[in-house]
Amino acid sequence: MTERIQQSFRDAFRQSLREALLRDERVFLMGEDVGRYGGSYAVSHGLLAEFGPERIRDTPLSESGFVGAGIGAALGGMRPIVEIMTVNFSLLALDQIVNGAATLSHMSGGQIHVPLVIRMATGAGRQLAAQHSHSLEGWYAHIPGIKIAAPATLEDARGMLWTALCDPDPVLIFEQARLYPVEGEVAADAGPVDLERAAVRRSGRDVSLIAYGGTLDRALEAAQSLAAEGIEAEVLDLRVLRPLDEAAILATVARTHRVVIADEGWRSGSLSAEVAARIAERALGELDAPIRRVCTAEVPIPYPKHLEDAALPSAAGIAAAARELVGRRG
Amino acid sequence: MTHEAPAAPRDREHALRLLRGMVRIRRFEEACAEQYSKGRIRGFLHLYVGQEAVAVGVLDCLERDDAVVATYREHGHALARGIDSARLMAEMFGRAEGCSGGRGGSMHVFDAATRFYGGQAIVAAGLPLAVGLALADQMQRRPRVTVCFFGEGAVAEGEFHEAMNLAALWRLPVLFACENNLYAMGTALSRSESETNLCVKAASYEMPAWSVDGMDVLAVEDATRRAMTAVREGGPLFLELRTYRFRAHSMFDPQLYRDKAEVELWKQRDPIPAFASRAQASGALRPEDRAALEQEAEAEMAQAVAFAEAGRLEPVAELARHVYFEGEAR
Amino acid sequence: MPSLGADMDRGKILEWRKKVGESFVRGEIVVLVDTDKAEIEVESFHDGVLDEILVAVGETVPVGTPIARFTASARPGAAPATPPPPVTRAPPAPATPPRPPRPAAPAAAPPAPAAARAHATPLARRIAAERGVDLTALVGSGVDGAITREDVERAAAPAARSAVPRDRAGAMRAAIAAAMERANREIPHYYVESRIDLGRATEWLAAANAARPIGERLLPAALFVKAVALAAREVPELNGFWREGAFEPAREVHVGLIVSLRQGGLLAPALHDAADKSLSQIMVALRDGVARARAGKLRSSEVSGATISLTNLGDQGAQRVFGVIMPPQVALVGFGRVTEQPVASGGLIGARPVVDVSVAGDHRASDGHRAGRFLSALARLLAEPERL
Repeated sequence: MTERIQQSFRDAFRQSLREALLRDERVFLMGEDVGRYGGSYAVSHGLLAEFGPERIRDTPLSESGFVGAGIGAALGGMRPIVEIMTVNFSLLALDQIVNGAATLSHMSGGQIHVPLVIRMATGAGRQLAAQHSHSLEGWYAHIPGIKIAAPATLEDARGMLWTALCDPDPVLIFEQARLYPVEGEVAADAGPVDLERAAVRRSGRDVSLIAYGGTLDRALEAAQSLAAEGIEAEVLDLRVLRPLDEAAILATVARTHRVVIADEGWRSGSLSAEVAARIAERALGELDAPIRRVCTAEVPIPYPKHLEDAALPSAAGIAAAARELVGRRG
Repeated sequence: MTHEAPAAPRDREHALRLLRGMVRIRRFEEACAEQYSKGRIRGFLHLYVGQEAVAVGVLDCLERDDAVVATYREHGHALARGIDSARLMAEMFGRAEGCSGGRGGSMHVFDAATRFYGGQAIVAAGLPLAVGLALADQMQRRPRVTVCFFGEGAVAEGEFHEAMNLAALWRLPVLFACENNLYAMGTALSRSESETNLCVKAASYEMPAWSVDGMDVLAVEDATRRAMTAVREGGPLFLELRTYRFRAHSMFDPQLYRDKAEVELWKQRDPIPAFASRAQASGALRPEDRAALEQEAEAEMAQAVAFAEAGRLEPVAELARHVYFEGEAR
Repeated sequence: MPSLGADMDRGKILEWRKKVGESFVRGEIVVLVDTDKAEIEVESFHDGVLDEILVAVGETVPVGTPIARFTASARPGAAPATPPPPVTRAPPAPATPPRPPRPAAPAAAPPAPAAARAHATPLARRIAAERGVDLTALVGSGVDGAITREDVERAAAPAARSAVPRDRAGAMRAAIAAAMERANREIPHYYVESRIDLGRATEWLAAANAARPIGERLLPAALFVKAVALAAREVPELNGFWREGAFEPAREVHVGLIVSLRQGGLLAPALHDAADKSLSQIMVALRDGVARARAGKLRSSEVSGATISLTNLGDQGAQRVFGVIMPPQVALVGFGRVTEQPVASGGLIGARPVVDVSVAGDHRASDGHRAGRFLSALARLLAEPERL
């Protein structure tokens, strides 16, 4: 019987970092305030004291510079973990990610590859206003040549980094900032997890709720309230946005014939649009209702709480969409 | 910093090596120009004619396992590094036998065996990459140097500053080789930089900075040898190589931005005849040597073109290859 | 004509720098070319003597076209100008081959007539095909009034035995009930009513019926149906369907008749092309349709396709009727009881037969203004019964 412990997401991410540093001396962490500050979200707290300044490396405010350096270090035989404080600042390093990390394998005809991991905090909901509230992981999933992971459970928080570090290609891991303090139960010896498959977090037969990252807990909450009304919702956690687990998406639609996709990106051109397109392309005959999407409203995220809450996808919004598809009273 | 460059090559072997290197590049570039006019090479083509002394002089000083990062004007550097001219021409033609499998083209020459990391088409994007390669060497305690070539136009980009700062801050073994040919495409340095003295910029990062006559291959080689020693021992160094390209920025450039008279003036300092006559004067070379080398290069490049023309086009069915690593993960 | 840039496909000769018979060396400029973007000096890659100029100054030719002929001269010590070893492939075409002409955009398929294709979900459609269920016989309870799997499965059971009309009617009733529930929830209803003077209509009816045998006499309902149909033509915003977020006006007018059943519940047979039928025809259809509806013997074609509905509960004694629209329709006209009421007309007060008529409208497709016009048209039409 494996021992289970209470752990926050923050602690889970920290434990996965620490274990990675212990496991492989090629691994090192590089980013702003990861060392002496202990990490802007305290994820790397204590690691500097344990591993020293070479392996827990504070950088100047040079996103493009240190992401490019991460690529170079990966080419040079290290296994760097580059921390970009948040996805909002990653835009400064977009050229290195999209024109560098994503293309080097292909441009060189497969001669070189980039075993780089980039971690970023993402998501809204803490009144940080327009420039600090992006959810761009779905946008990054558009780019071939990189892999996109969205851990939203403790097992994934513990295990995705491990697998990402073994991957010879660049992996971007998006950590939900909102989830850092959230606690839950997880196996004490939780180990590596795959970076290929979606996971059914709750089975149901009436409607599928497809979510990832910041919308997973809201989808589960919606499923609970729907259950109280006799509607059994199935919740599918995408987990990896590129490559997308199309088989799992089609399978859940085949089971319930109704689907709501919840995405914290802005509706237009979001990952939910890709998921909806795949369903329409491959499972049209399984649909007994139109596809519904619950996404962030098309506004830069506003500062006041009531407006921010109204803009973001909510458990109530997801449940309402599901109810409409099943044909029950609102 | 001034230093007396050697007046003559050390001996015949030295002289032949330097002259052959420059003549081969010149002939290769002219062959590319011809093939482009015939439509065999497409896209963008940036020729190195006039700057041969830099590539030859610098790369002659590298060890086998040092690394090179270059720009889209990198054919000369590739040849000087030892990449086979036939595979290079095949890459220009987009054939599978090309050094990047034909996938990169003129701007994306890669060769893992000689640690030649491109072939970078975004100005200044190679600098953070070079910083990372050097970081990996430092962390793994390897006495290797990364030489990063870039044009003077790159000093306007933020990534130049980020990379210079990082390299100096962490004392990384990078040789920043700035080929100042006075024009970034059509923009003269004096029109784009408030401070046109490039060494002053480097010095502001507490980095040693030297300026060399880039049309004199002996001066380039001498400066580089001393620079490599300094870098291997102590940290990054900025080397400005004052040079000039005789041809347009790329194949399609009417050169409205510079005076024909200026081009003619610089042509009088063509590194090839300049070095040939000095080597002859010192007795290191005989009068017929240059012609023999020209003939040799002529034949070599004609063969390269033939090899490229006979090369195979990758089947379209293999389009999706090399986006991700295709071997066994380690 | 050399290729001088990624997007160049032709060039114009501006000036020949060499004459026929003149020699030149490699690297020398021989001609000046205009490429639409700039003037470019073109060099020769060989030493030679110019034999013939093939393209004159001012002419434009595609890239790859020979523009001059020359004889290469071998330089002393230069590599012999032998052609490269024979290549097994044919030399690449000099100019990019012209792209095949874009296929003409396929003519847009004519839009399916509004009532011909049942609105069903893909899954419902598939199951209906598998089970041999006629989708046109069903009323949808799904989103936007779509027929769902549940609707199909309900209709499919019981399976192979001859369909007992009562069962089918039962299925219809259940579906209508579901549709009503959804309609009430989803359609933003608005109501407009008017009191219409039936004085002339009543007189005319009496006169017309005097000449008819009892079995063929016209009821006011026939006038109502015809008038509603004609008024629907005048105000098309009330005649059609709300589907997938938009209003689809119907070309024809098929008036749905809400029929209440003795055993409870409603049925809604549609009277097709009501605007083009005579009052006699309408009367026959009314009598027959209502009778068969009550007997559960409606044909599927009669159930579907109503573009606007009418409910007439005057017989049951209601003064006014405010109904619930039957999705996916966008309007319901409700007639109350015909009664004698004091009416002012021409400065005098008299007692005249009147009826209170309401229009329930889907606010997404129409507004009170439209409904008001509809009621005005109705009043006008009913004031000239001989023209109905």
